[in-house]
Amino acid sequence: MVGVGARSGAARLFGVLQGLCRETWGCQARGVATRASTRVLPFIPTQDPDVIRKVPHDFRVVYPEFLPNPVPEWRNRLREKIERKDMLARRSNMPIPEFYIGSIMAVTVADPNAAGKTNRFVGICIQRGDSGLRAWFSLRNVIDHQGLEIKYEMYSPLVQNIEVLRLEKRLDDELLYLRDALPIYSTFPSDMETEILQEGAPVPVNPIKVQLKPRPWHERWERKNLQGVRDLGLPERFYKKAKLHEKPWEKYDLMKEYRATIPEEEQADIFREISSHYPLLESTRRRGKRKRVLPSLS
Amino acid sequence: MISCARTRYHNNGDEKRELLSSEVTKVWSRVGGGSGLHTSAPRQEIRKMARLRVVDNSALGKSAMLEGRPPKCIHIYNKRGVGFTGDKVLVAIKGQKKQAILTGCHQDQKPLVPKFDSNNIVLIDETGSPLGTRIHVPIPTMLRKKLTDMSRPKGADYTKILAIATRFI
Repeated sequence: MVGVGARSGAARLFGVLQGLCRETWGCQARGVATRASTRVLPFIPTQDPDVIRKVPHDFRVVYPEFLPNPVPEWRNRLREKIERKDMLARRSNMPIPEFYIGSIMAVTVADPNAAGKTNRFVGICIQRGDSGLRAWFSLRNVIDHQGLEIKYEMYSPLVQNIEVLRLEKRLDDELLYLRDALPIYSTFPSDMETEILQEGAPVPVNPIKVQLKPRPWHERWERKNLQGVRDLGLPERFYKKAKLHEKPWEKYDLMKEYRATIPEEEQADIFREISSHYPLLESTRRRGKRKRVLPSLS
Repeated sequence: MISCARTRYHNNGDEKRELLSSEVTKVWSRVGGGSGLHTSAPRQEIRKMARLRVVDNSALGKSAMLEGRPPKCIHIYNKRGVGFTGDKVLVAIKGQKKQAILTGCHQDQKPLVPKFDSNNIVLIDETGSPLGTRIHVPIPTMLRKKLTDMSRPKGADYTKILAIATRFI
């Protein structure tokens, strides 16, 4: 969402560069293309501005797993297309609600070893990753003073139900620091009730700042520029060292951003492809929100 | 090597030491080492010499944990040399050798397998029955299958661990 303007600028720059390279390298570049083992379908950008405008602006935030991994070696447009079809088919059977890092969720999975053959786990979403059918997220909770994390694949057929008990965001993109925080910050009751959110209201951001346990930690959190953490209380030398590892120029690196994202035009193309399912996706989202409103009325 | 150089130059006046320490920090930052030479996160695997946490209420395990001398893994009964949830290990606890079952691992796990914040064990004797009478932390449901498969009709029976568990995850 951030830097979309710069993003398309970079796309244009890349196009020019590619053109130049093709002229200078000529047959060499073509030779490499034919030798590659995986065939990548050509990308034909959409020309219709109406289609681009029709894509809801928050789709890339709500459904990030529909955008493929931008690493060129791993791209395969045919595979991605088939995967998107399968994802929509799965979503039509089991609705996957909108959630973010920091949302509190409950997942029910089929488990042949559990009593009742199903297993429900409540926890806070600390990380989500991968795209396509391999998309996953991790939940964390503290049960009987024991910290636990479980990773779930969103499109796994074993997952029977995904509920969002409290829809909210946090100040950071990953909450892995909860492993080193006091257990109170990742403790949630397993019988937690779904919380109410007005329909159409923006997703609230929880500005809570957690208190970390003293070192040793799993990672050097002073180097991660964390927003949701209270003062780390480290000696000055740690911050000096963190300063040396800072890379403040990276936010100006257009090529880095280009390689890390899918071009805006291609995003529009992907969302146009699933556009026939917008009513389904949107109704799932709305239904979820309305359900949260209902308990307050009763 | 760098620390050796630093001590050698210590005698040659403050100026030189200042210069060197700044150089050292530069090199250090490039190498990426902080407190040591390790630059990658540990994998948290259970191998020999790994410290474990006893989660049952056996007198031996409780006293070892209270003394701050948690048991050490000295052997893993599988061919890999790395312990996973449900594997049997041999631990050194308070000067004794005891067998134990791993009921939770800290290393990264596959989807649907719980990852614990500590490496938990339950002490057992040679016949597979636990030394304690209660486990006060959750244990993974996959142990139901794994421990049943490990048990033999006329050998060790590990399924008694399941009976003393209070909660499954």
